[in-house]
This record gives sequence, structure tokens and C-alpha cells, in this order.
Amino acid sequence: MTQIINLSRRSFLKGLGLASGGLVLACSQPTKSLASQLLTDAKTFNPNLFIQLKSNGDLILIAARSEMGQGVRTSLTSIIADEMEADWQRVSVKQATGDVKYGNQNTDGSRSIRTFFDSMRKMGATARAMLITAAAKTWSVPELECKAENHFVLHPSSGKKLGYGELVAKAALLDVPVEAPLKNSKDFKYIGKDLPSIDVQDYVTGKAKFGLDIRLPNMVFAAIARCPVTFGTVKSFKSETTMEVPGVLQVIEIPRVDRPFGPLGGVVVIATNTWAAFQGKELLEIEWNYGKNKSYNSAPYMKTITEHSQKEAVVMLNNGSVADAFAKAEKVIEASYQLPHLVHAPMEVPNATADFKGTLCTVYAPLQDPQTARTEVAINLGIKEENVTVNVTFLGGGFGRKSKPDFAVEAAMISKKINKPVQVVWTREDDIQHSYYHSVSAQYLKGSLKGGKVTAWLQRSTFPSIASTFIKGKDHGMAGEFDMGLINNPYAIENIRCENGQAEAHVRIGWLRSVSNIYHAFASNVFADELAIAAKKDPLQFRLELIGADRVIPSNSEFQIDTKRLKNVLNIATKNANWGKSLPKGYGMGLAVHYSFYTYVASVIEVSVINGKLKVLNIQTALDCGRVANRNTVLSQFEGAAIFGLSLSFYGKITAKDGAIEQGNFDDYKMVRMFETPNINVEIVDSEATATGVGEPGVPVIAPALVNAIYQATGKRYRSLPLADFNLV
Amino acid sequence: MFTKSISKFLMMVLTINNKNYDIEATTDMPLLWAIRDLVGLTGTKYGCGKGLCGACTVWLDGEPIRSCQVPVLVAIGKNITTIESLETTFSHLQKAWEDLNVPQCGYCQPGQLMSAAALLKHNPNPSDEAINNAMSGNICRCGTYKRIKQAIKMAAINAK
Repeated sequence: MTQIINLSRRSFLKGLGLASGGLVLACSQPTKSLASQLLTDAKTFNPNLFIQLKSNGDLILIAARSEMGQGVRTSLTSIIADEMEADWQRVSVKQATGDVKYGNQNTDGSRSIRTFFDSMRKMGATARAMLITAAAKTWSVPELECKAENHFVLHPSSGKKLGYGELVAKAALLDVPVEAPLKNSKDFKYIGKDLPSIDVQDYVTGKAKFGLDIRLPNMVFAAIARCPVTFGTVKSFKSETTMEVPGVLQVIEIPRVDRPFGPLGGVVVIATNTWAAFQGKELLEIEWNYGKNKSYNSAPYMKTITEHSQKEAVVMLNNGSVADAFAKAEKVIEASYQLPHLVHAPMEVPNATADFKGTLCTVYAPLQDPQTARTEVAINLGIKEENVTVNVTFLGGGFGRKSKPDFAVEAAMISKKINKPVQVVWTREDDIQHSYYHSVSAQYLKGSLKGGKVTAWLQRSTFPSIASTFIKGKDHGMAGEFDMGLINNPYAIENIRCENGQAEAHVRIGWLRSVSNIYHAFASNVFADELAIAAKKDPLQFRLELIGADRVIPSNSEFQIDTKRLKNVLNIATKNANWGKSLPKGYGMGLAVHYSFYTYVASVIEVSVINGKLKVLNIQTALDCGRVANRNTVLSQFEGAAIFGLSLSFYGKITAKDGAIEQGNFDDYKMVRMFETPNINVEIVDSEATATGVGEPGVPVIAPALVNAIYQATGKRYRSLPLADFNLV
Repeated sequence: MFTKSISKFLMMVLTINNKNYDIEATTDMPLLWAIRDLVGLTGTKYGCGKGLCGACTVWLDGEPIRSCQVPVLVAIGKNITTIESLETTFSHLQKAWEDLNVPQCGYCQPGQLMSAAALLKHNPNPSDEAINNAMSGNICRCGTYKRIKQAIKMAAINAK
């Protein structure tokens, strides 16, 4: 339950970085996350949303969520401002430091709006009610005769009017009303509308400060040479040539820190500028102890996990009897799907600036999870958490990489060793070769048809688990991964069995935008298409029948899949794509539909394959994320997800040879560019349902829709990615 | 990639956005790092260090270059233009970027804007193909290409 507190008279404000005075409200809102399932140190839940209305009328929101392009600073603010009847021009955002007082700050799992929407409304409504009460008392009139409008409280019958700033002092002394009335959604001014990003001007003028843009007096720069093989260590090194580089100051060694977010360790080059540090790093002569992960080679590994997916594994879900259904079927189809590791490659590489002084440490970094950074830094330095201040800069992309604060710990360790403020900068090669990788995966699917209907579905998913990063030797998946498109299959099939095969991890595995939904949605959407072809049915009609009657699928999740909403997005996307229109030879259209982060998404992709070369022409996406906070942000996220999905479909592939990652930069880990960008159209379903995820759910549908479209264009079925492996792009 | 013949620090003068800056750098230092670390203008971004992503795009005598690939020596005596002064000549382009809410994370956008403004300087009414050619050297991991293209067209119309 959301509880709202008036903090105006408490000394608490200094800790929030707010000047005292004005009306300050806080509310408590518990959150859950994938990371908190894994991290044993439970966080305490305190008030975690704060707003301050100052006597000059300025409204400040403390954003405890990190901004990485998903527009959260704007969306959260717009919700409060709308309910509060605030003037958008008077609203500003202050970024919170990493602190448990904000509750869980880990910005991942597409859940900022989902978890905060209702609380933000209540906060805004409470502030508005208190301002109205303050005005009514001032005028000695009944509250019901007053109304709030655009930063003023009005008394229409007398024509009296007071600005919010003028009412602050009085409102601050009031008790919080038990129940403040919410606005009628038809009166929303900002919620669900197209609001410009609150930060857009800083972005287009180069003023926005990302982690790499932090500059402190007397600061030095550091680059780190890490072992090419994960968890390998330094045997010995020579730094004479490095020391000759003008600007290089010092070369030191830092150890591997054996914690999930612990630095890998390595040889650190400290210099007066980034370039000298990079250059010095290249010139180091290092002998490594590679360790056991040197055995990691991607081709044989894929063969092993594929074999594991083709034999009986750990049962995660078993409804009916797939064996009986296969025995009685008219047709049985089998397919194996193989997807490689991926890496986030945010445009801003991992980096952090740390300033250790005595017993205090201040960190500035692009972090999705500043609290975990704070905890890890404190543990590493052996100082108290309250002596660590973690400032969150803008994130130049995150995609899950910046939830893992190993780079912040590196900076803190180095600052302590050299007793100077230091900025650790990863090269692009460091980013691609020492990440927390999206799982490589092999899946085996077997389905049966009888009378044109699917009677059984067996899906075995095998992938090195994110859990392996937290629990050594863990070689099976965990609930959070199965819930992403494996065991919550929305199809009306009597006999379903899902299994999870064994897979050891030889690199650090982590979550990447959309996580396990990427491989599960790929296999299930391509396989459903293969079944449609086998049944000689139109893939759309077949899929609608497979989803089946309108119903809510029971589960122990806080949200249940509503098949009506799922079919609705599929119908909209196919209608917008003009599904069924006649296409020239070499052209094709494919569809995919997936539910993730509680949001319903369908994409239809139109392609041409001429002379063996693929061209993506059109992507039509339809989504239902419940109530929309900022329409513009939702559209942006799904337009961007289409490109993210195309990049992984075309080019995304991380491979290891003798334990070392073979890719290093945007020449061998390519991204889709403007010339490859198709027409992209996004339609949002109008809905009053609870707001759900937006940042991630647009990605998983893209690859399978594309592969299904290529099949229609060419008759060829691609069961692995990237398509560059087949010279299609 | 690197040889052992490393040059020494030399005093140089860089002219950035019509202002002179005294710096001390090796002649082979990429212009990007001189701008960011020595001069302290951080709007120009590091993305790849190999001229592959365009995040470091600035103008040298009015022409777009990848500053991570150009040694600082080459820029001596020339005019360097960075995102920090784009508003003096291309505020309508920045306005189009704002109106269409182009940026997501915003990190690559200074480079995108410098490439787009250079295109419009030479070709005030670019076709889709011309836009693709001029902009395909700039990567946006958030995937804002659709809006970048729209914003360039909007700016072209608004400049008339």
C-alpha cells in the first residue's frame, strides 16, 4: 500500500539534497526485481518518492530512477504534475544519489512506470488537495468551492486566485489527507499525451553530462588491461614501454574481486589523459594465468548445449501428456533453434569517476543500480555505506549493462590506491570483450498436429543462466528466466511440456534488454509459424486459433495473460501491415506476437530477398501496455526496439575462441545503420488497464517476425541467428 | 597498432569554435581526446575509437571528420567546430530535433547533429538517399534513425 507522508517540517531534507522549506511529500512504494531475487542482502523499504514545492512555485521531483533514454525522468514527472495541476514549465527533476531511502533504484525490468504510476498519481493528488485546503483556509471558504488549475488555486465565485508558491507555507503545516480525489482520466493534460523530454535541450546542445563527461580537479584517467579469458589473472607484466608514453603516470595491478559485480582485475595504466592511458595499455606486456575458462570455444559449446536440448532435461512445466499426443498425431514436427551470445554495447562505454579521501568516497557514474554500486564500493574499500556517495549521471545507453557496477568498483579501488580522483574508461574493445553476456541458447521444439490443430508442444530450453554469475557452478536456469516466454506460453494446447537442459557458464552471464524473452520468443514464434506451414494454414489464422478463446490464463504472477488483449495486438499489427495483400516474387511478410514485462506486443515485418540479399521494408508494431504515461516515450521505445531487434537479427553474435571473445568493435559487432532502417510504424492500444513495461517488450518479436517473413519470401527457414552468417545482409 | 617511437609533448594552439586554446599534446593524439581531455569540451563523444560510429564527429574547416581518427597535428591552424557552437548556425536543426523528440539516451546525438548539419550545408534539400549516405556513418544504439531522418527533412523545410 502506498503511504504518503508530509516531510516539510523534518530535518530529513538535507539528505535528499534539497534546500529546506516548502511543501515536501514522500511516499513509500515497495518494489520487486530480478536482481533482488538474486542478491541476498535485503533492502529496507523506506519512503522512496519525493517532491518539493518551493515558495517561489518551483516544483522539484527527485528521480530515483536512472535515465538511459527510456524517458523515465519525463514520464514520472508528468504523472505527478498532471494530478497536481502543475504548470509543466515550473517542473524540474533532481537526480537522486544511490541510497536505500529511495527503495529499490535498480532501473531494469521495464518497471518504473508500472510500479510508480499509481503512487505518483496519489502524490500529485495529495499535494493538490493540500494546496486547495490551504487556499480555502486563507479565504475562509469551503474547499469544495475551490479548484486547482495550472499552478493556481481558484475560487471561481469570488474570482480569488492564489499561486501554488504563495500557498506553500500554509500547506506545509497541514496533515496529509487520508484520501485525496484522483482526477478523471478524461481531464488528463500530460498523462498519455506527447510531452517533450525534460532533458531534450541538453541533449541537442552537448550540455548533458554523461559519466564520461565528469571532470574533477586534479583528476587522472585510467585504462585497464584485463585477461582475455574470463576470471584469468595476471601472472607477470612489464610496463617499461608504457611508462615512456608521454602522459602516463603510473602502472599498478588490481586484483580480481570475487563477487558477482566484482572487477575482473588486471593491469591499470594511470595517465593525465584518456588517450595516453589507452596507448599505454596497448603497450603493456602481460603474461596471464588463463584459468579453466580457456577451454571455452563457441562452436563445440553450441554442439554440447544443442545435444542437451535434444534429450530429456529438468521438467519445468508438464500439462497433459505430450508423449501420448505425439503417438496419436497425424504429423509431428521437430526443430532446433540456436542463438548466440549478445552484448549490450551502449554507445557510452562503461566508465566511472571516483574520488577517495580518507574514509569517504564519492563516485560519479552512469549507473542503472546506484545502490548496489554504493554497497559494492563500501565493501571493497572497507568503509561504511553512508560514507560512499554515488552520483548518477545521464547514461549513454544502458540495456542492462549498467546494472552491473563492476566499473564503479574499479574506479573506487584505483582512487584509493593512488589517492587521487580517477576516471576509469573502458575502450569499446573492453566493453565488447569483458561484459556480462546475454546467454547463448539452444532450444529443441517438438509439436504435433491433428485435424489441423496443435495437440502437443514440447520445448526444451538450454542456456547458461544469469544465476551462474551469482551462484558458482549453477548450470541450470532460474525462475525469472523461465517466466520469460518459456513456461508462460499463451497457447491453448492441451499437452505442453517445458524442460530446461544443462549448460555451464564460461563467461559472466547477465541480463540484456528483454533478457530470456529474446530466445524464447524466437523459438516459439518461429516454431508456431513452422506448424502453420505444416498444417497448410495462413499463419495469422493459425496463430489466432493457437492462442484460442478469450480467457485469462491463471498464474501466480501479479499479472495474468489476457488472450483477448494478445489477439487484439496481433489483429492490429496485421491490419496495419495489410496482411494477406498480394506480394511480388521475392517478397514476404511474417508475424510474431509476445507477452513480456506484462505488455502485449505484435510485429509484422515485410521483406524482400532479391539476388540473395535481404531488405527489410516495413515493420508494423502494435502494443498494449495498459495506461500510457507519455505517448511520445512509448512510441520512441518501440521504434528503437525495432532497430535493436534488427541489429541482433542481422549481426548480433559474440563468440569465444580459447576463452577469449573474438569480436571487439563495431566492425565485427555491427549495428543496424540508417540505410538499413525500414519504415517503422507503432500503434498503441487505448487502455485504462494498469500501466506495464515499455523499455524492453518491443525487442523479442522482431527476430522471429523477420525469419517468418524471409520464409514467405524465399521458402527458406533460418533457425539460427545472425542472418549475416547466411550472407543475407 | 602502436609503435615504440612515441612522440613528445609539444605546445600547440587549437582553434575551436573561433576561440584559441593552448594545449600540450603529442602530435599523434587524436583530436577527440585533445578536445575532451585537454580543452575540456565534452559535448564531442567517444564511441569506438576507430571511426566506425560517428559519435566524435566535429568539423574541420567546415567539413565533418571523425575526430578519433584525426591526429591533433592535422588540426593545427584550422577551424574546429563542435556541438557547443552549432546553435550559432544550425539552431533550426536543433529545434527540429527537439520538436520531434529525436534523442533517447542522447549520447550519439552531438555526432548525429554535426553530420546532419554538414549535410544540410552542402545540400539544403536532401533526398532520402542523400540522408542515408550522409548519416549511415553514425550509429545510434537506441535506434532513433527514423526521427533523425524526419528531423533533417523538417529542418530543411524550416530553413526556407
